[in-house]
Amino acid sequence: MLDNAIARQLRDIVGASWFKDDDQTRVAHSYDGTPMLQALPDGVIYPGSTEEVAAVMRVLHEHRIPVVSRGSGTNLCGGTVPIQGGIVMVMHRMNAIVEVDLQNLTATVQPGILTKAFTEHIESLGLFYPPDPSSMAISTIGGNIAECSGGLRGLKYGTTKDYVLGLEFVLASGEIVRTGGKLVKDVAGYDLTKLLVGSEGTLAIVTEATLKLVPPPKHKKTMLAMFSDVYDAARTVSKIIENRIIPATLELLDNPTIKVVNDYAKLGLPTDAAAMLLIEQDGELETVERDIELISGICREENATEVSIARNHEEALKLLTARRSAFTALARLRPTTILEDATVPRSKIADMVLAINRIAEKHRVQICTFGHAGDGNLHPTATTDARDTDEVHRVEEAFAEIFEAAIAFGGTITGEHGVGLVKSPYLEWKLGEPGVAVMQSIKAAFDPHNLLNPGKIFAKSARRRVVLERG
Amino acid sequence: MAKTTDREALRETLKIKLDYDQLTNCMRCGFCLPACPTFRETGLEAESPRGRIALMKATVDGIMGPDVPFEEQMSHCLGCRACEPACPADVKYGQLIEQARDAIEEHTTQHRGWVKGVRKLVFQGLFPHPKRMELLGKGLKLYQRSGLQTAVRKTNALKLLPKQLADMEKILPEATGKGVVKTLGTHVPAKGQKVGTVGMFRGCLMDAMFAETNRKTVELLSEAGFDVAIPEAQNCCGALHAHSGETAQAKELAKRNIRAFREAGVDAIISNAGGCGAILVEYDHLLHDEPQWREDAAWFASHTKDISTILWNEGRPLPFAEPVGGEAAAVRVTYQDSCHLKNVMKGGASPRSLLGALPGVELVEMKDAGSCCGSAGIYNITQPEMANRLLEKKMKDANGTAAHYIVTSNPGCLLQMKLGIERHASDKRMEAVHIVDFLHERMAARG
Ligand SMILES: Cc1cc2nc3c(=O)[nH]c(=O)nc-3n(C[C@H](O)[C@H](O)[C@H](O)COP(=O)(O)OP(=O)(O)OC[C@H]3O[C@@H](n4cnc5c(N)ncnc54)[C@H](O)[C@@H]3O)c2cc1C
Ligand code: SF4
Ligand code: SF4
Repeated sequence: MLDNAIARQLRDIVGASWFKDDDQTRVAHSYDGTPMLQALPDGVIYPGSTEEVAAVMRVLHEHRIPVVSRGSGTNLCGGTVPIQGGIVMVMHRMNAIVEVDLQNLTATVQPGILTKAFTEHIESLGLFYPPDPSSMAISTIGGNIAECSGGLRGLKYGTTKDYVLGLEFVLASGEIVRTGGKLVKDVAGYDLTKLLVGSEGTLAIVTEATLKLVPPPKHKKTMLAMFSDVYDAARTVSKIIENRIIPATLELLDNPTIKVVNDYAKLGLPTDAAAMLLIEQDGELETVERDIELISGICREENATEVSIARNHEEALKLLTARRSAFTALARLRPTTILEDATVPRSKIADMVLAINRIAEKHRVQICTFGHAGDGNLHPTATTDARDTDEVHRVEEAFAEIFEAAIAFGGTITGEHGVGLVKSPYLEWKLGEPGVAVMQSIKAAFDPHNLLNPGKIFAKSARRRVVLERG
Repeated sequence: MAKTTDREALRETLKIKLDYDQLTNCMRCGFCLPACPTFRETGLEAESPRGRIALMKATVDGIMGPDVPFEEQMSHCLGCRACEPACPADVKYGQLIEQARDAIEEHTTQHRGWVKGVRKLVFQGLFPHPKRMELLGKGLKLYQRSGLQTAVRKTNALKLLPKQLADMEKILPEATGKGVVKTLGTHVPAKGQKVGTVGMFRGCLMDAMFAETNRKTVELLSEAGFDVAIPEAQNCCGALHAHSGETAQAKELAKRNIRAFREAGVDAIISNAGGCGAILVEYDHLLHDEPQWREDAAWFASHTKDISTILWNEGRPLPFAEPVGGEAAAVRVTYQDSCHLKNVMKGGASPRSLLGALPGVELVEMKDAGSCCGSAGIYNITQPEMANRLLEKKMKDANGTAAHYIVTSNPGCLLQMKLGIERHASDKRMEAVHIVDFLHERMAARG
């Protein structure tokens, strides 16, 4: 528990009701979207302004108390689990849209605004903010920035990093820094803005962000292609890109995923299909129609059993919404759902799907696969039961092998969910020792006392690499 | 404060009652948070479905004690169940909160004295007894008669409550004191070509306070081609009991209802109150641990329908009168969902279809029509502060439609909307009506 005098100092800054250290609040901030992790903080604080964040940080810095910044706690890497106790700082109260600049096409927001509330507001002004993680209905822009979140539109529009132009953030010491701005170009020194994107709350606390907006596409078309072999579907993904078509969305769902999504969203999908591709193209009407036609042709050439086009906007929206529910819907199958985020070059997507299935079989675990296939980003998801330690161990072994396979294909251990706690033992596999050492020295420069989200990204010790059997 | 040993005993009961598989099925994705009214109002994780499930699990896992704030948090939940359709993992939140409340109820002796008193009076002394309910309907106001007033005055802790009840009094309808059976008998034949035979679930609050609506429900059914039976042996649905942890009593009531409608030989059981209907369609779950009831309970649950659902999907089209005065005279209405009709009975579409099909009526959706108005059973009496916050917000959205009528499908919602109009309507001519009354009024005179 926090010393009474410190608690009083914190209450003085934010107001009595915005610092809580009762059991209920501590338990409610002991977890995030990551399975099998829980640790209680000593208290939870809800600052209302940048100045309050800075003042709080000065107190915590003085007493060397760790702090975990938190949006909505939907991350999947243990990013907001306070494994060293300390304070969880919830950003929800700082949720204003400070400004939408219609001349420069930028928006300046506080980090606690919900992604969907923000994008809806922007769309109501006739503009477009593309990053759309599946969790957008509840995730915050601050969380999106700190994880560099992707989404269903990453393939054509990029991810969060491509839209952050400027930041205001508070250092561990309580000092306030501003970087970038409403600028298309800025090379004044190192690019701290981009460094902060994806920093997982370990370098500073983001208190304001200036984001790039783009004009919305004029037309959209959404289609489905069904396959009787998941390999065919995965190969189709690479074929589409090889043919120099970049759809806005290109998502893959395997059979178990199709089934659970259908159960939840009642879409009437053919539940015997081995795999499905959900594809959307947007842009000028002519381009959209031509691309959809070409893509349909490619799907058929690659043995699609059925190709259909959404009749209207509502139907398309229903399909995309259903796809967003995929991960949670898989929780219908077994009590524990462990999802990973392996990413490979797009040409290797079919090989990766095969590797995942082979590894799952070898370790006798069920792994369902869906994901942003067009980005080369798959979410192999193990459905298991945390109470069965033997099975969970096998799942871990399987995932280690999947990471190894992804790296061997020229890929990475995480495409969009971040390293956090759960992937920290594997970071060195991707970066090598010198790579991790450079990152650690950056961390030390920002946060010499290791107060900001301690224990994340950097593991105490790297995991031993598995030896891949080839063949 | 209760003794630690009592707390440990409560933990043991929670361990037995809470379905641990459901607790772990929540994978903490947070998708349910935006759907939850108490989370949206407070922004606090502990006030969200994900938070409440985590608290339940933490008490069972021994991470926190089932302390007084825990009990309070369990009663902050409206039980509106908006979190369920929002959950892709199909977590049965409604069952979890009932199990938690059931355990708490079993253990609380000095449990907020007045709430307990009110509940006892209302649940055991009043609701299960149609006769007493009828008496109550004969003009004596609910809160005086049930002793609520005295119970309330004894507690100084909640200053809001007396005002809440005084406001409620203003909106209580003129009761006739004559239930639907007294008015129509136990059998009303179909008009014209017969479509089927249905049983009318009259509901205790409906029959005492809104007997007219019950009569009109039967008349609409008959007009749509249904023979209507109103079994006299039926009784209270048990919803309020089940939602407040009085499961044993709820089960008894359920069994009597099942028997009554089985014996009446009907094809469907029709409810005109979302709050009742929702528990009726879950009798199978309520009685899941009583194998000898399994089949009958499953039959009952799967054959219960809301009045709007059966009228829209199965009834003959009702003969509505053409409005006089054309376009300009169009009546603007907005529909406030009954949480339980929408989230549990999945019947949010039919009332809108019916209203949309009415000549001379324009249906305007209000923002967040699907979110709870704060009525939530007796929540507006036990948790007046949150209930009032939600009502104020609701009325802001209702005012935004400039509707002449707010149409509802449940007596609790209807009373709450009346209260809302009384307090917050920008145009006091706005009226709250039950969908049955609204449809009935627009039927062409037969002759
Ligand atoms: C069902 C589901 C689907 C998902 N789909 C996707 C997807 O399609 N694409 C994707 O990329 N991710 C996805 N995610 C992961 C997750 O939703 C994203 O990482 C999201 O951006 C997290 O937002 P949040 O507000 O919940 O952040 P939190 O989980 O609260 O925090 C995430 C990280 O950000 C840090 N942080 C939060 N706010 C700040 C701040 N103001 N300053 C500094 N650091 C901060 C935290 O310390 C933490 O390290 C999904 C998650 C779920 C549960
Ligand atoms: S949506 Fe379902 S699984 Fe997700 S947090 Fe809510 S209850 Fe849990
Ligand atoms: S039942 Fe309603 S109030 Fe309770 S947790 Fe679910 S959405 Fe929130």
